[in-house]
Amino acid sequence: MFDKYDVIVVGAGHAGCEAAAAAANLGSKVLLVTMNMQTIAQMSCNPAMGGIAKGQIVREIDALGGYSGIVTDESLIQFRMLNRSKGPAMWSPRAQSDRMLFHLKWREMLENTPNVDFFQDNVVSIKIENGRACGVKTGLGHEILAKSVVVTSGTFLNGVIHIGEKRFGGGRMAEKASVGITEQLVELGFESDRLKTGTPPRVDGRSLDYSKMEEQKGDDEIVGFSYLDTKKIHSREQRSCYITYTNQEVHDMLKTGFDRSPMYAGRIEGVGPRYCPSIEDKINRFADRDRHQLFVEPEGFNTVEIYVNGFSTSLPEQVQFDALRMVPGFEKVKMFRPGYAIEYDFFPPTQLTYSLETKRIQNLFFAGQINGTTGYEEAACQGLMAGINAHQKAFNLDPFILKRSEAYIGVLIDDLISKGTEEPYRMFTSRAEYRTLLRQDNADLRLTELSFRLGLASQERMERVRTKQKGVETLKSIMKEYAVEPEEINSYLEQKNSAPLLQKQRLSQLLLRPNVDLKDMISASSRLSSLVSDFREDTVEQAEIQVKYDTYINKEKELVERMSQLEELVIPDSFNYEKIISLSNEARQKFNKIRPRTLGQASRISGVNPSDVQILMVYMGR
Amino acid sequence: MLGKLADWNDTIVALATPQGIGAIGVVRVSGKSAIEIVDRLFPAKDLCACKSHTLHVGLLEADGVAIDQVVVSLFKGPASYTGENVVEISSHGSPYILEKIITDITAAGARLAKPGEFTQRAFLNGKLDLTQAEAVADLIYSNTEISRKHALQNIRGGFSSVLKTLRDQLLSFSALIELELDFSQEDVEFADRSQLNSIINNAEKMTDELLSSFALGNVIKNGVQVAIIGKPNAGKSTLLNTLLNENRAIVSEIAGTTRDTIEEVLNIDGILFRLIDTAGIRQHTTDLIESIGVERSLEKMSQADVVIYLFDVNEINKEELQVVIHEMNEKAIHYLLVGNKIDLSSDKVLAEKFANINVLYISAGNKKNVDIVKQRLVDEVLGGKLQTESSVVSNARHYEALRLVHQSLIDIQKGMEINISGDLLSLDIRRCLHYLGEITGEITNEDQLDYIFSKFCIGK
Repeated sequence: MFDKYDVIVVGAGHAGCEAAAAAANLGSKVLLVTMNMQTIAQMSCNPAMGGIAKGQIVREIDALGGYSGIVTDESLIQFRMLNRSKGPAMWSPRAQSDRMLFHLKWREMLENTPNVDFFQDNVVSIKIENGRACGVKTGLGHEILAKSVVVTSGTFLNGVIHIGEKRFGGGRMAEKASVGITEQLVELGFESDRLKTGTPPRVDGRSLDYSKMEEQKGDDEIVGFSYLDTKKIHSREQRSCYITYTNQEVHDMLKTGFDRSPMYAGRIEGVGPRYCPSIEDKINRFADRDRHQLFVEPEGFNTVEIYVNGFSTSLPEQVQFDALRMVPGFEKVKMFRPGYAIEYDFFPPTQLTYSLETKRIQNLFFAGQINGTTGYEEAACQGLMAGINAHQKAFNLDPFILKRSEAYIGVLIDDLISKGTEEPYRMFTSRAEYRTLLRQDNADLRLTELSFRLGLASQERMERVRTKQKGVETLKSIMKEYAVEPEEINSYLEQKNSAPLLQKQRLSQLLLRPNVDLKDMISASSRLSSLVSDFREDTVEQAEIQVKYDTYINKEKELVERMSQLEELVIPDSFNYEKIISLSNEARQKFNKIRPRTLGQASRISGVNPSDVQILMVYMGR
Repeated sequence: MLGKLADWNDTIVALATPQGIGAIGVVRVSGKSAIEIVDRLFPAKDLCACKSHTLHVGLLEADGVAIDQVVVSLFKGPASYTGENVVEISSHGSPYILEKIITDITAAGARLAKPGEFTQRAFLNGKLDLTQAEAVADLIYSNTEISRKHALQNIRGGFSSVLKTLRDQLLSFSALIELELDFSQEDVEFADRSQLNSIINNAEKMTDELLSSFALGNVIKNGVQVAIIGKPNAGKSTLLNTLLNENRAIVSEIAGTTRDTIEEVLNIDGILFRLIDTAGIRQHTTDLIESIGVERSLEKMSQADVVIYLFDVNEINKEELQVVIHEMNEKAIHYLLVGNKIDLSSDKVLAEKFANINVLYISAGNKKNVDIVKQRLVDEVLGGKLQTESSVVSNARHYEALRLVHQSLIDIQKGMEINISGDLLSLDIRRCLHYLGEITGEITNEDQLDYIFSKFCIGK
């Protein structure tokens, strides 16, 4: 019934979909196995993509030729560029998505990708021969063969759902959990552990009184995520979100359910993320706060369903409902679905190599929540990388690895495999030591060529990047030449409280002033505006950023240069740490477990001292 | 993490010999610029023009002040221990001379070597064979163990609590900046700029004070201020001359800052002692030394790190001496009681006369027991503890790290002044945290997140 595949992807969430698309676009024959084809790329939690650090990741996925950026652009109902008032490294695109449209777009794109087959079934174990994964076995009893297998199990492995005192198996509300894979892998010596996450109730938008809430509109301009031209809605068509607050009454009501909370009764053993606490956790840990912010987010264009962001809870449904009714604007609320907590298995990611292949079983790759991460963006980028590397492995090609200095994706994977994680791992910009280089505006300049050479990013993408690069260089030299006349700019400068020019000044010099903005200057001066009219807006913006932040960018590039000596020193796979008695015990254990690929990675492992790395360096010799 | 590990291209400096007071000490400098750097401190010859494998004798100087008479050995790479250009400076083995040399060489452009780094470079440049690898590794290990044991609480002068406060302040500052960036969308109260400014100004002031009170900053740079006081004819100028005469080789006269004050600089075991207001002693200004000399000398006593109260054992009684002791204890003055002119008395008489009082008995005119006074002065500074090799190095290292912390704090202040965004500010903040981390342990991104999550209600 089945052909032999190059790559089988188990699970069709954000990670699985990217994995399938990437492997197929590289030329692999791919089978995507999912328990339910109606939930392909389901947004299990909030209907939104991007945000701070996460938005940068989506841009990177797009620059590499992944689909998340395109799907998000074509299914968004609201767009905002967050952190505009900060430096460009902090600008972060965020979209509110139409949950159903998002799923449909993904499915449509996958169906239009040659080489992707689908099968709806439940994978119960991985087929392994001679220490290599070579296919999967399904609940219906099929054995399907492949050269590489990517497991993206999300919250489904032995998932347990909690609402108040109720507790039942499930991978998502109303969906069955998946049993078998954890048991098989643990049997083979894998380490597994439990994590927990939660989601808030969904309510009927028709029952809300928005007049009691604050409106939050989308931006006037929808920048979007993809570097390609995508079909985005007009900014006028955007949907608004609304902000309201809990109050003391709400908190008191919630507290009446604490004795039945699975968290406080100890029924949940998994660790939840600190930055995504349930409402009961917020009340408990920050008892002095008399209110907490709630975002009322529409789930789509064609539904009245509302997502109550900020109200994640696993208290009994009645308590959830009674408390919600006390929130301003929610007096007559009708609840569609209660919030719940879910516990699931993950495999500590220190068991992986840089290509996301497991160290124990070759040709087996993990991506997404199975690696202890949280978030669609984090999952999607791992899926993309695992899909690429599953293809590379299937065809005996070199793994594709991104450095910490090249992408947030590189930071994420290096963190995971070097340090592991105690709680669901989420990306923050502060995790990236070269944040100034890893911006949302330059992901294409950073990554597209790497992917193009690999054979993933399309010719079209590459050409766009080349045009942009050329334009940026031309513009930068224009900026260095162009002398701004006092009379053309002084009224603008005055308006910005910036000292007026007394004589001509080079545009590149003027741009160094902290509160001047090229876009505004262009609209202030017709001479300037005609100068840049031949260039795309993103090209002009890119040239401006490169000129304006030149000092900072170069400082960081120097750091990258300094550290690169260590990053390029590769430790042989066969390196025997046991023979080095001078290493501290902790370092020897960690090195043995993690088997760092480079001295740079070795230096980032927690518990390893610089002296341990020096000792390694000595042993590696000349 | 940045710069956490050795940088191959730097010129490095460290103590090459285990050192004890009185012995010869060797400071080794290795790297591309080793010769130029030492040349800057060695005015006697143009070392850059000298041949390899030659020895040169001369004064090592920094900012025009002599440090010590030294022998400089030149080895040009690759025919050297490390395979790079190497300069070895042999000086007197006092920890202070050695610390001063190392500090001045780092100021001239070298970096302190990490444990075992010379040997490591030798190995990487093919100067050692593989069988020696284990020995090198052991060396790195044991040196690291020593410095690890030499943790915060061992820093001379007991700065650990100040450093901890500084670390806490910088952690909270950096976390508050990160809060604005990663969590700008959260419903939390962000610190306003004046709040952040005051944290950073505070930290800058603290670091500045720490630097100037740091053992190296003070003792090495400024010396120990000593005042000799006492009645007329107690023998102050004789003691002064005796102390100075024996040290003529490395003594110079420096015009003080105060009008008509002359400072004599005395070098004992490499520690600089500045004898303050010696002009008063020299000129026998009578009004200065009226009564028992205490009231009139209050001002100079308060400037001094150590006060020598000198008295003629034959001219003073126990009660008088107890008044002096009481006065000085009252004012928390660090003092030595020195009884002069013992040649006119006997041990037995003195022991009876000043029973239960800790007095150093000398005869300045006969140079008897003056060495004991010098030894006691050194002990006062060292707190009686001998400094081990690693503490010399770790002190110099801490001083350097703190200086870099201070520099980055000033950069942060400048950034705050022109109101640049937090993400750009964070470049300097990370540099600052990195250097502070070399003293107090690293402040990681996880530490910042822990701080944020414990203080702020984050998360939708």
